[in-house]
Amino acid sequence: MLELCDVSKRYGGVVALEPTTLQLSSGRTYVLLGTSGCGKSTLLKIALGLTVPDSGTVRFEGQTLEPDNVLQIRKRIGYVIQSGGLFPHLTARQNVSLIADFLNWSKAKIRNRIEELSALAQLPESTLDRYPAQLSGGQQQRVALMRALMLDPDWMLLDEPLGALDPMIRSDLQNDLSGIFRSLQKSVVLVTHDLQEAAHFGDEIILFREGRLVQAGTMQELIDHPSDPFVTRFIQAQHGLSPMDGSRPNIDRPDVTKLAITKPESGERGEQ
Amino acid sequence: MIRAIAIVGVLVLLAFVPLSMRSAGIRIGSKKFTESVVLGEMLRILCADTGIDTVHYRELGGTQLVYQALLQGEIDIYPEYTGTISEEILSGQQVSSLEEMRQALAKQGVGVSDPIGFNNTYALAMNRARAKELGVERVSDLSRFPDLAFGFSSEFLNREDGWPNLRKHYDLPQRRVSGLDHDIAYRQLKNGSIDVMEAYSTDAKIDVYDLKLLQDDRAFFPRYDAVVLYRQDLKTRAPEIIASVFRLVGSVEAEAMISSNSRVEVDRISEGRAAAEFLGNTLGVESEVADASRWQRIGARTVEHLDLVRRSLIPAILLAIPLGIVAVKRPRFGQGILGIVGVVQTIPSLALLVILMPLVAWLGLNSIGLGSTTAVTALLLYSLLPIVRNTHTGLQGISPEYSEAALAIGLPPWARLVRIELPLAAPSILAGVKTAAVLNVGFATLGALIGAGGYGQPIITGIRLNDTALILEGAVPAAILALLVQAGFDLCEKWIVPRGLRLQANS
Repeated sequence: MLELCDVSKRYGGVVALEPTTLQLSSGRTYVLLGTSGCGKSTLLKIALGLTVPDSGTVRFEGQTLEPDNVLQIRKRIGYVIQSGGLFPHLTARQNVSLIADFLNWSKAKIRNRIEELSALAQLPESTLDRYPAQLSGGQQQRVALMRALMLDPDWMLLDEPLGALDPMIRSDLQNDLSGIFRSLQKSVVLVTHDLQEAAHFGDEIILFREGRLVQAGTMQELIDHPSDPFVTRFIQAQHGLSPMDGSRPNIDRPDVTKLAITKPESGERGEQ
Repeated sequence: MIRAIAIVGVLVLLAFVPLSMRSAGIRIGSKKFTESVVLGEMLRILCADTGIDTVHYRELGGTQLVYQALLQGEIDIYPEYTGTISEEILSGQQVSSLEEMRQALAKQGVGVSDPIGFNNTYALAMNRARAKELGVERVSDLSRFPDLAFGFSSEFLNREDGWPNLRKHYDLPQRRVSGLDHDIAYRQLKNGSIDVMEAYSTDAKIDVYDLKLLQDDRAFFPRYDAVVLYRQDLKTRAPEIIASVFRLVGSVEAEAMISSNSRVEVDRISEGRAAAEFLGNTLGVESEVADASRWQRIGARTVEHLDLVRRSLIPAILLAIPLGIVAVKRPRFGQGILGIVGVVQTIPSLALLVILMPLVAWLGLNSIGLGSTTAVTALLLYSLLPIVRNTHTGLQGISPEYSEAALAIGLPPWARLVRIELPLAAPSILAGVKTAAVLNVGFATLGALIGAGGYGQPIITGIRLNDTALILEGAVPAAILALLVQAGFDLCEKWIVPRGLRLQANS
């Protein structure tokens, strides 16, 4: 269970996040949805202790996040960001094994774990000895995912993990990611501004607007029982801009089933 | 990690393995003008004549520096002038007679000989033709020409018996007064950039440049009888030295001194040879003078120069990188660090040497001469700024996504610094080290001001003697060394900057 109690954050005079309380249960996939600057990334950073909230507390599996235990807790949370954040001076393999190296895992244990992860992330081992600058965007995100999974954390926090990718690569990785999370039974919090992506991943959608939580619930609930006209506007706007099946979207009642896209024919997995 | 430890280890070894430095029994000092160096050579020959091992630290900066060195026992003997003693060393104590000087100096543990013969007074000098054209004979005549340009050495500009009081004494109206190196002032006078400079009455350049010395008609300048200053402990340590040196007393006539000076400045023989000639002719003291060949000199200067560079640059690197790291991690403290290393950079080299000398001597380290810790410390301080600043900039410039990723992975602060931040900042840090190294090779010429040798030695001697070949003998090897150092660091770059970063920079 990941709990945020009344956390808030301002940068200078600008409110990034109004006091917000959330209880996220283990084993589920949550999507923090909203336009850019709505506070969703700030919330994720507060959960990880990367940003110190102005008020409120974070509790991870019952433990309150404090400077003393933050390093321990981070090891139980995998974190992936939009641009991967791979260290450019280390090879992909070194990026993945960095923390295990630091924790003095044996060479064999590290090798086995990397083998498992590269199968899981569907990244050929040969690419692991390249530097980030020699990898494509999709490959970089797969390495970032491997790095986040290295210590087999219970929770995965992902901040726009697919935001910087081409649409084709993106849908490919989307399917792989949700497959991985399902098979590993991870608890996931994913930040996105993309409605379709939210619908693809989210057991529960948490919609933010200007630093404030607007509504939380399944996509269907958001469509059927919007708590605020903004919810409907947000859904219609995004849906209207990106029809999924080439037909004119139904403005009044978007069909959620069609929001989850089907897997396209080609992928970037084999791309070098 | 292992590589980092190896680098630091090699650096420490390189920095602190000492070259063997010989320590001489008697150390002579001289100031950086020809007559002082010739007199210093005479003292060296007379001391060596007793069979005691003697070394001459020639061309040390100004009066303050040489006298400090005497007080601290870094040198034992040097030639001085009574006017300089009364007006500069004992300024404010109102001493005029030699007897009063002797008593005042004795309190500082310094002995003074009787005059060795000539009076080398200050005088104002003009081009003979220019003086004739304006009808200037005496200093008081200058008050009729307020537009004349004056060029004085910085020492003369600040001395009690220098420009400020001279101006009051004669009520001189000139406003165009600039500070110039003494040897350069002769050339400026020659080409008409200035009209009046200060000169020494026994200076060989007076004849060489055909100058007119203006008559001191209102008796401003005191007498500058040449004397020998020595540490009084010599009386017990090596009484035969004092006896030998005192053979000079009363035997150096003004004509003989001018002729020795001009042997060096006009005939281009070494100061040692000029001194030996004089002593042979006047006192019957025979000595052997070995003049080194140009390549021998360059070789010796190169060894001295490299010694200064390695002993200052390497500790500077080991000190500056941690300072740069602290400056980033503790921003408030960091502003202070950046401020201080910046201010150090603005202190003129001679001033910094004079400030550091007593501190270095107090620590019991050799403050002047070959291997001078003072010169090394000054160079070290000058080398800090580029490295501290580039370390600071490099660490601060790390993209937040990497810092965040390092945090999110769960690395503790030390591991983040060593494994992520320093490698990412490596190109910037190395660039700072490279800048510091190239600057250091240039700055190391300041070692010559304090007897530490290096390429600065031929440069200051060459400026003094207006000998371009000699200046180039220091300047060209210094430039070549700077280029080699630069090339060396370019090679290191491949080894130190992580490969992934170079790929990133190219893509």
